[in-house]
Amino acid sequence: MKHFTFRRLFILGIIVAAIICLIPTFFNTWPHKKINLGLDLQGGMHLVLEVQNEKAVEAEIERTVHELKKELRAEGIKHLGISRHKDNTIEAKLQGEESKKGFEKIISEQFANLIIPSPKTIADGFSFTLSLPDEERDRIKKMATEQALETIRNRIDEFGVSEPDIRMQGDDRILIQLPGITDPERAKDLIGKTAQLTFQIVNDDADVANAMKGNPPVGSEILFQNKRDPSTGAVTKIPFLIKQQVLLDGSLLIDARIEFDQFQQPQIGIEFNRKGARIFDRITGENVQKRLAIVLDKTVYSAPVIQDRIAGGKARITGRFTTEEAKDLAIALRAGSLPAPVKIIEERTVGPTLGADSVRMGLLSMVAGGALIILFMMVYYKGAGLIADLALVVNIVLIGGSLAAFGATLTLPGIAGIILTIGMAVDANVIIYERIREELRSGKTALAAVHAGFERATLTILDANVTTLIAAIVLFQFGTGPIRGFALTLGFGIIASLFTALMLSKSIFDLLLRNKKTSTLSI
Amino acid sequence: MQLIKPDINIDFLGKQKIAYAFSLILIIVSIGSLIIHKGPNYGIDFVGGTLVQIKFSQKVAVSDIRNGLSDIGLKDTSVQGFGQIEDNEYLIRTSSSETMADNLAQVIAKGIEVTTGTLPEIRRVEMVGPQVGKDLKNKALLAIFYSLLFITIYISGRFELKWMLSGVTAGALMAAVYFLSIFNVSMPFLIAAALVVTLAVFWTLKLKYAMGAIVALIHDVLITVGIFSILNLDFSLPIIAALLTIIGYSLNDTIIVFDRIRENVQGAEAKEALPQLFNKSINETMSRTILTSLTTLIVLSALFFLGGEIIHNFAFAMIVGVVIGTYSSVFVASPVVLAAHTKG
Repeated sequence: MKHFTFRRLFILGIIVAAIICLIPTFFNTWPHKKINLGLDLQGGMHLVLEVQNEKAVEAEIERTVHELKKELRAEGIKHLGISRHKDNTIEAKLQGEESKKGFEKIISEQFANLIIPSPKTIADGFSFTLSLPDEERDRIKKMATEQALETIRNRIDEFGVSEPDIRMQGDDRILIQLPGITDPERAKDLIGKTAQLTFQIVNDDADVANAMKGNPPVGSEILFQNKRDPSTGAVTKIPFLIKQQVLLDGSLLIDARIEFDQFQQPQIGIEFNRKGARIFDRITGENVQKRLAIVLDKTVYSAPVIQDRIAGGKARITGRFTTEEAKDLAIALRAGSLPAPVKIIEERTVGPTLGADSVRMGLLSMVAGGALIILFMMVYYKGAGLIADLALVVNIVLIGGSLAAFGATLTLPGIAGIILTIGMAVDANVIIYERIREELRSGKTALAAVHAGFERATLTILDANVTTLIAAIVLFQFGTGPIRGFALTLGFGIIASLFTALMLSKSIFDLLLRNKKTSTLSI
Repeated sequence: MQLIKPDINIDFLGKQKIAYAFSLILIIVSIGSLIIHKGPNYGIDFVGGTLVQIKFSQKVAVSDIRNGLSDIGLKDTSVQGFGQIEDNEYLIRTSSSETMADNLAQVIAKGIEVTTGTLPEIRRVEMVGPQVGKDLKNKALLAIFYSLLFITIYISGRFELKWMLSGVTAGALMAAVYFLSIFNVSMPFLIAAALVVTLAVFWTLKLKYAMGAIVALIHDVLITVGIFSILNLDFSLPIIAALLTIIGYSLNDTIIVFDRIRENVQGAEAKEALPQLFNKSINETMSRTILTSLTTLIVLSALFFLGGEIIHNFAFAMIVGVVIGTYSSVFVASPVVLAAHTKG
C-alpha cells in the first residue's frame, strides 16, 4: 500500500505552500509577502478628494483673456472690454470694422485653439463669444487631476508616511490612504493646501477703508492678513488693497525651506530659478519704495516695502508661524501648488488605539468561536470530529496563506468573514458525516458508508457553496475598503473549505480505513 | 452524540398554515415599519454626514456633551453611548459634511472640552459627502441587484437542470430591467420589479424549486431589513454585506433540503404521496440543518459578544438572517414548492 499517492502529495503541497506564505507575516523571512492590516485595524486615514478642476479651466480662460488683451494692446487695436463669463466663455466687444478685422486676424493666428463663431452686432459694435472646445476642456481637467495627484504624492512623500496609497478614482477624484498616521488634521491641512504663491504690489494710491465699502478700484482687490495675538490666540484680519496683476508666482521656485530669524522665529526661505530670479530682480527694481505683498492662497502673509532692487532670486516669507506650520508650508511650496483646489468628500480615520482594540477583539472572538466549534465537533462526532477539526485548522491556515500570497488586506469585516467561515466550513463535514451515519444505519460497512457519504454529498456541498461564492464575488466587485476584505476572506474561506472537506478529509478517511481494515468508525 | 434522532418524523408541512401566518405577520410588520420610518434607517454611508467616536478618560454627563455641541453651533446632532458604560465612549453624528474642511472632529472635541472639562480622545472619524453617499447607495443596490441576478440564473439552471430556461429567465430579467431603466426609475423599485419578473417567469415556466428558493430569499431579506427598521438600527455598508451573505446562506440551506426532496420525489408519480415525501426529506436533513445553523450561530455569537461595538450590528444582522434563513428553508421554501407541485 503506497502512502504517498499523487493526490496526497498534492494536498500536502498545498498546505505546505500556505504555511510558507503565512510565515513572513509573523517572522521576517522569505517570501516577504505579508498580510497587510487594513486602516480599520492598524489605524490611519482614508481620504477621497474631489479636484475642482473646473477651476483649472477657469484659470486657463483667465490666462487667455490676459494674453488677448496684451496682444490687442501690442497691435494697437482698441476694444470695449474683454471678460470671462461664468460659463467659462470669453466675451470680447469691439467697435468699428477695422478693430473687428484686426481682432479676427489675431485670434485666428494666435488663438487657434478657441472656437470662434461669427460676431453678433450689438448697439455700439460687435461682440464675440469665444469658448474652448470640449476636448480641450476635458484635457485641461484631466491634466489638473493628474497634476494634483502628482503634487499630493510629492507632499505626502516629504511629509513622511510609510506605505501611502494614492491613486486616481474616476475622472476627478483622488483616493488617499495613509496608514498609521498620528496627526490626521495636520496631514489633511497639508494635502488640501492649494499653495498658490504669488507676488503682487499693494495699491497705496487708493484708500483701503473706502475700497472696503464695496468699490475697490479697477484691477485691485481686497485680501486679508491674519494676525494672531501670541498671548490670547485671537486672530484679527487686516485688509490690504492689492493689485490683481500677478508679477511672479510659485511655479518658478526651486527651493523652499524653514529658517529661523534672530529671535528664533520660524520663517520660510524661498529661492527662484534663473528666470524667476530675473523677474524678481526686475519687479523689485521697478517698484522701489512700494510694498510687495507675498500672497499665499489669497491670504497676505507679509507686505514689506521694497528698499532696493533685489538680485539673486532669494526671498523670505515671514508670518507668525509655528515651527510645524512653517515646515508644512515649505513642503507644500517645494512640491508645487495644486492646479485647482481640492475638496475632501470622504474621510474615514481610525485612531491607533481603536485599531488595536479591534484587532484584539477580533482575534478574541475568532479564538473563542473556533475553540467552541472544535470542542463541539469533537464531542458530537468523536474521531470523525477530530478530522473535521484538523480540516478546520488547515482551512484557517489556507485563508491566511492565500491572503498573504495575494498581498491582500485584512480588515475588521475580513476577520468577521474568517469567523463566519469557521462556522460554515464545518458544514461540509456535517453534510458528509450525516450522510455517512445514514449509510451506516442502512447497514453498510464503514468503508462503503464513507465512500457513499462522500460521493452523494459532494454535489450538494458544491451546490450549497456556489451561492455564497456568488455573493462574495459580487461583494468584492462592488464593495469598498473593509467590505472587500470581508468578501475576500469569505471567498477564500469557501474555496478552502471545499478543499479541506472534499479532498483533505476524504484522504484522511481513506488512509485510516485502509490501514486499519476495521469495520467500525468513530463518528 | 446525536441532537436529532434519526427516526425523527415531524409533520412540518402539517404546520404549514401556522408557519404561513407567522411569516405573513413578520412581513407585514416589517413592511409597516419600513413605511412608518420611510425606508431603512440609512447611516451616513448612504445619506452623507459625519460620525465622530470619542472616548473620555473619566465619566461625563451626556447633557454636557450635547451642550458643548450646541455651543459650537452644531445642529442636527445625535449623541449616543457606545459600547460598555465604563468605557465612556460616545458616538456623535451630524448630518453636516460641509464643515469638515475646518477639521470638524477637532472643533467638536474642543467644544466638548469646554462643557465637560475633559478633552476626549478622537478614536474614529467618518465623513461622507452627499455625493459619495449617493454613489455608495447606488453601488450597494447594484451589488444586491447583481447577486440576485446571478443567483437567479444559477438556481433556475441548477434546481431544474434546465440551463436553457435559466437563459430565458436571465434574458427576461435583463430585458425588463433595461426597459425600466429607460424610464429612469429608482434602484429599489428596479430591484422589486426584477423580483416580480423573476417570480412571474418561474411561475410560467413551472420552475417550482427555483420559485420556492426565491420566495424564501425575499422572505429572509425583507424580514431582516424589517427587524433593523423596527429596532431603528443603522443601515450601513457592512449591513449590505451581511444581507448578501444571508442570501447566500439561506439558499445554501434551501438547496440542501431541495436536493433531498428531488432525490426522494424521483419516480413518485402520485401527487397524494408528495406531502409525505416532502416531510420525509425535511426530516432526513433536519439534523444537518440544525447542526449547521448551530455552528454558525455559535461563531456569530462569539463575534456579537466579543467582537466589539463596530462589528456589533453586522453580527446581529447575520444572526437574524441565519435564524430566519433556517426557518424559511423548512417552512417557506418547501411548502411553496409543494403548493406549486400540487397545483401545477
